[in-house]
Amino acid sequence: MYAVEMRGITKRFGSFTANDHIDFCVEKGEIHCLLGENGAGKTTLMNILFGLYHADEGELIINGKSVTKHSARNAFLCGLGMVHQHFMLVDALSIWENVIIGNEPGRFSIDRKESIRQVQAIADSYNFNLNVEEKVSELSVGMKQRVEILKTLYRGAETIILDEPTAVLTPQEVDQLLDIFRDMKKQGKTIIFITHKLNETKAVSDHVTVLRAGKSVHTVNTADVTVNELAGMMVGHEVSFELERVANEPGEVVLSLQNVRLLPNAQNTVSLDVRAGEIVGIAGVEGNGQKQLEEMLLGLLKCKEGKISLYGEEISSWPTRKRVEKGISYIPSDRYQRAILPGFSILDNYLLGNQFDEHYVPHGMIDYRVLEERAKDLMKSYDVRAVDEKQSIGSLSGGNQQKMVLSREASKDAGFVLACQPIRGLDIGAIQYIREILLKLRRQGKAILLISAELTDIFQLSDRIAVLYKGELMDMRKNEEFTTQSIGLLMAGQKGEA
Amino acid sequence: MSREKKAGSGRWASGLQNIWLSVVAILLSLVITSVIMAASGNNLAEAYSALFKGAFGSRNAIANTLAKTVPLIFVGMACAFSNKGGIFNIGCEGQLYSGALAAAVAAIFLQGAPRILVIPAAFVAGMAAGMLVGGLNGFLKAKLQINEVLVAIMLNYIMRYLTSYFVHGPLKDPEASVAQTVAMDDSYMLTKLVPKTQLTTALLLALVIAVLMYFFFMKTRTGFNIRAVGENRLAAQASGIAMSSTIVLTMAVSGALAALTGVTEVLGKTGKFVDGFSPGYGFTGIAVAVLGRNNPAGVLLSALLFGIMESGAMKMSYVAGVSTSMIKVMQGLVILFVATPNLVSFLKRRKGEKKGE
Repeated sequence: MYAVEMRGITKRFGSFTANDHIDFCVEKGEIHCLLGENGAGKTTLMNILFGLYHADEGELIINGKSVTKHSARNAFLCGLGMVHQHFMLVDALSIWENVIIGNEPGRFSIDRKESIRQVQAIADSYNFNLNVEEKVSELSVGMKQRVEILKTLYRGAETIILDEPTAVLTPQEVDQLLDIFRDMKKQGKTIIFITHKLNETKAVSDHVTVLRAGKSVHTVNTADVTVNELAGMMVGHEVSFELERVANEPGEVVLSLQNVRLLPNAQNTVSLDVRAGEIVGIAGVEGNGQKQLEEMLLGLLKCKEGKISLYGEEISSWPTRKRVEKGISYIPSDRYQRAILPGFSILDNYLLGNQFDEHYVPHGMIDYRVLEERAKDLMKSYDVRAVDEKQSIGSLSGGNQQKMVLSREASKDAGFVLACQPIRGLDIGAIQYIREILLKLRRQGKAILLISAELTDIFQLSDRIAVLYKGELMDMRKNEEFTTQSIGLLMAGQKGEA
Repeated sequence: MSREKKAGSGRWASGLQNIWLSVVAILLSLVITSVIMAASGNNLAEAYSALFKGAFGSRNAIANTLAKTVPLIFVGMACAFSNKGGIFNIGCEGQLYSGALAAAVAAIFLQGAPRILVIPAAFVAGMAAGMLVGGLNGFLKAKLQINEVLVAIMLNYIMRYLTSYFVHGPLKDPEASVAQTVAMDDSYMLTKLVPKTQLTTALLLALVIAVLMYFFFMKTRTGFNIRAVGENRLAAQASGIAMSSTIVLTMAVSGALAALTGVTEVLGKTGKFVDGFSPGYGFTGIAVAVLGRNNPAGVLLSALLFGIMESGAMKMSYVAGVSTSMIKVMQGLVILFVATPNLVSFLKRRKGEKKGE
């Protein structure tokens, strides 16, 4: 018996087909992964299932009953629950209050004791390890996610959809979440797990449906396939995950941080060096000072304590422009906010950050001929796919935007590269490409500081790895001296056996 | 994903769409105004033909329509300039009052000097005054993070009544019954393009400014920096653009452009500073800029449209008996529709969905 049956689902937006005759069937009581790259149509499909979009064609059957008039309300009545990527919790309230919001028992008053008892009972039965009287603001990200799941369970959801739930978690938290999935399955719940991570898919699911470019490629028994085969299905051709990081002797110190306080309430300050020809990776769960480090290096946030030096010269109090001209290439963690002018042409975006360069802007007048030639060159060599360089950058895919940003920054004559979350939101093809570029820059002898929440990134690229927790460096070692486990513990703030 | 679907060749496609939205807004407001006029018993054909005749009926009518367009071009450019930099300049009214008074005082003070010296001096004085007021506004925003809109509105009152104080007191023409300065020498007035109308060489200046502004934003580094700040402040900052000086500069130039409205009113039309001379140009300018999508050519066209309405309104009122306020209603509706582009796209989507079902 199927909990959810979607047959021949097609959804078009204008001339763009987001879902093209997709078949997606989930058996009752199983963990089913919906795997696909960004833009493969996963979210659209789930929004149709959840009644937020209407399919143009196709049939939707929930618990054996054909659904014709579907809406979010109806999805709820059919026992569907969804945990979104972004949490929808009220920080100032306690867990149990968050759980019953919108569904409070009783007509005029809430029976506080009874509510707490009910919510606690559900939490305990799935080993959530939560005290429901705690305030949400005091919980870790992983705990908050459990509260979201608890919400759907409280409302009686039988089938729970989770949209990229592991993106924000440490490796240990991921393991705990997967355990919770297994517990829920044991108690008869059906779980639809949207992800693009292959290892998690392999570890927990019974079946996998792979979407590629809006089509369902395969639905397979997870046990019958290897991780590499899944990757191949996702991308459409063989992929190799191997990257060659040739050993080389790093050169002089390019960037140096001395006793820099990242967060006002951090107990210790941060000191580290980045040398020419090496990649230093900063691992850590987001929100532990990465953003501050990024902004302080660029001069967007004042560095109140400590010293930042570039080529031996202290730059702590320099304005951004002077630092950039001294030699910083910058790939911001937030592409939309910091890297591009979305409504402007690709050409104008190549000008951004180069507008003080006399080569492109002699005597204050922009030389569009030189700029255009350069832009065309870079777009070609970095495989930025667009109609032409006059197309607005906002209309490109995330991968192409990032390639554009990377090509702009890599082509600068700068000795230091600050790469922040360079692969966020990109698909496998683009990710591999961008990693290769970073390694190429390393070979060219640039000093690279890589800040990334993706451990794969850190392990594949870095020569040395530092772990950031609550604005402090937990540890800093050579890549080979860390394991996923030891880094995971440090990311969670546990020093010691690593 | 939804972003990818509107891939097309960028600048032109979006430019055309912007024009299309403005045209739709104008048409919608015409329809609604017509309905209101018809409902209140007016003869539409009569009203519109009177409006048309009032604006284009004779050579003089056309000249006066253009004369009414000129101040709207300047103030529209002023608003468009600051909008490009992502700052809303609602302080044009105060800036143009200060500019007008400074120009009048300069011309009167230099009484007797040759025309070739006085006119440029009056322009420089007026623009400097506008620059100062606008720049102050920008400075307070950049350095002290004070909301530019609040400061601008307060500065509007301050400049409006400060100039009023001067022409009621120290600068008052003792022989005049109303509050105004003495008239400057006729030889200091701008040359009329059509005799016995108010159309002067200020129109040519307005056109030159429009062309300059186009080149400034398209070709110069400073223009690019201002546009970049307007499009995405954080990215602009990360690229090395100094935020505060760009904000101050944007507001100062916008203030200078707004001041030109006042300067050309004084040198082109009245020949003196008259207390409270502006019929709210500063606010109409916002509308002109929005309708013109902050594009110099667009501002010229929308200023012309507003000029036509203003100049035809009188004739429409005494021939067809339609109140001149009807023109304000129409202008207001245009803005409403332009400012809510989502409404148009919403209507489009609804239509699309109905077809789909």
